[in-house]
Amino acid sequence: MFTPNKEIPKTIYTSAGFLTFIIFLVIWSVLTYGGVVNALFLPTPTTVLATAIDLFANGSLLSDIGISFSRVLVGFLVAAAIGIPLGILMGSLRIMEGAFEPIIGFIRYMPASAFIPLLILWIGLGEAEKMSVIFLGTFFQLTLMIMDVTKNVQNELIEVSYTLGAKKVQLFTKVILPAALPGIVDTLRITFGWAWTYLVVAEIVGASSGLGYMIMQASRFLQPDKIIVGIIIIGLLGLLTDMIFKAIYRASFSWMRKDGL
Amino acid sequence: MVSPHTMNGEKESVHMGKPKLEIKDVGKIFKTKTGETTALEKTSFTISEGEFVTILGPSGCGKSTVLRIVAGLEEATSGHVLLDGEAIHGPGPDRGMVFQSYTLYPWLTVKENITFGLKLNGVSQKERDDVARHYLQLIGLEGFEKHYPIQLSGGMKQRVAIARALANDPKILLMDEPFGALDAQTRNIMQEVLLKAWDESKKTILFITHDVDESIFLADSVYVMTARPGRLKKKVPIQLDRPREFSVKGTTEFAQYKEELLSLIREESLKSI
Repeated sequence: MFTPNKEIPKTIYTSAGFLTFIIFLVIWSVLTYGGVVNALFLPTPTTVLATAIDLFANGSLLSDIGISFSRVLVGFLVAAAIGIPLGILMGSLRIMEGAFEPIIGFIRYMPASAFIPLLILWIGLGEAEKMSVIFLGTFFQLTLMIMDVTKNVQNELIEVSYTLGAKKVQLFTKVILPAALPGIVDTLRITFGWAWTYLVVAEIVGASSGLGYMIMQASRFLQPDKIIVGIIIIGLLGLLTDMIFKAIYRASFSWMRKDGL
Repeated sequence: MVSPHTMNGEKESVHMGKPKLEIKDVGKIFKTKTGETTALEKTSFTISEGEFVTILGPSGCGKSTVLRIVAGLEEATSGHVLLDGEAIHGPGPDRGMVFQSYTLYPWLTVKENITFGLKLNGVSQKERDDVARHYLQLIGLEGFEKHYPIQLSGGMKQRVAIARALANDPKILLMDEPFGALDAQTRNIMQEVLLKAWDESKKTILFITHDVDESIFLADSVYVMTARPGRLKKKVPIQLDRPREFSVKGTTEFAQYKEELLSLIREESLKSI
């Protein structure tokens, strides 16, 4: 069981994951029920659960989830809509790489949150500002990752396509795009996860709804149970989208598996 | 196999067909930080219609450079290449290519791979089906048309790569050590598969290899290349009967060719060590 790289039975593999969760819950319970930590800072698991049920039943949690989800989704979709074609062109045309790689490489080190004051000045406090934060947080990394994926398309695959009569446009549509597609979907999965992490930042300033807003409000009124509910829900939503992308990947790229299923 | 009427090919050519590919004073110089490196000295030779030519040389002798220039994937520093009397410009479907590394499209089935070039050129589904069936049968992969490349062995992948190149009906087939990554047994079988496909398709083939047995078994003419700078050292016509069976490798004639080529190659390998 402790030999590097050695396969273990699936049941043990899954049990190990559950065990970690249980240990986590046990530590949380000991700290709270045992009175080690003041309930003002860390509520008990049951309190958090009760708060969650209450928020779903009586609060605005569902609409907060909806609003947050739409902000993340739109900001991310715009980033992907520009980043995918740009990244593919940068990965295949040296002139595009030369033109865009330096500036994107530069901007991506600037924290998206630091742009918030500027964004408010430029486009106000509306939805566009929130989505822009998500966009800024994901676009530059996404584009560079798509560029790398495209660069990794085997050069001989491109050369053999020329000898089969592929024109330049066909080379992009029939060879480079399908060859890079699994990597592109995987990149989207990873960057969509990052988009969720920018949500709270986007909803800190000038928001009146959303999960990030809920968390900030709860902090103001000293409601750690609400904060924890908010954090867990963002985590669950991130996990859910990750699973959706993995399902898409599995369904679309059966040619990558030997069993072909 | 080829009508022996025209005599404007090289005199010692086994096949007296008309010249298919003419390589005239083709040379290649790479510019590096430390100066210029001659990868290929000015080289000239002619391949007749339907001829099977192998270029034999030690690694790093520039034999792949010759092929890549003919394919149009690299530009020659000097000279020019004529295919059917016309100068080539860049890569094109008139020169099919098979690489050593596996270059099948992994997201396409065997059948879709074989007909990829035809589809690019807008050939109808019906015609593509017919062509695919023909080549699947020729390379002995009937029943595998719906398989994806990941499900195939190395030898099967290269069979499909050969079928894909031939299905496009090129004027010449260029092969860059296509069996180099295969084990010895598979390699022997692939050589026979290739000879069968060549015999049936009547294609002109330029084949690069560092394997002496392979070069003799396949070729009408073997060109031996020298290393650093690459230069054609000698042309050895192979006058073994066709069609050739595997057993020809055990004959004394074969052994004599092998001895001759080995000594030529050995001189070159010693120089490059």
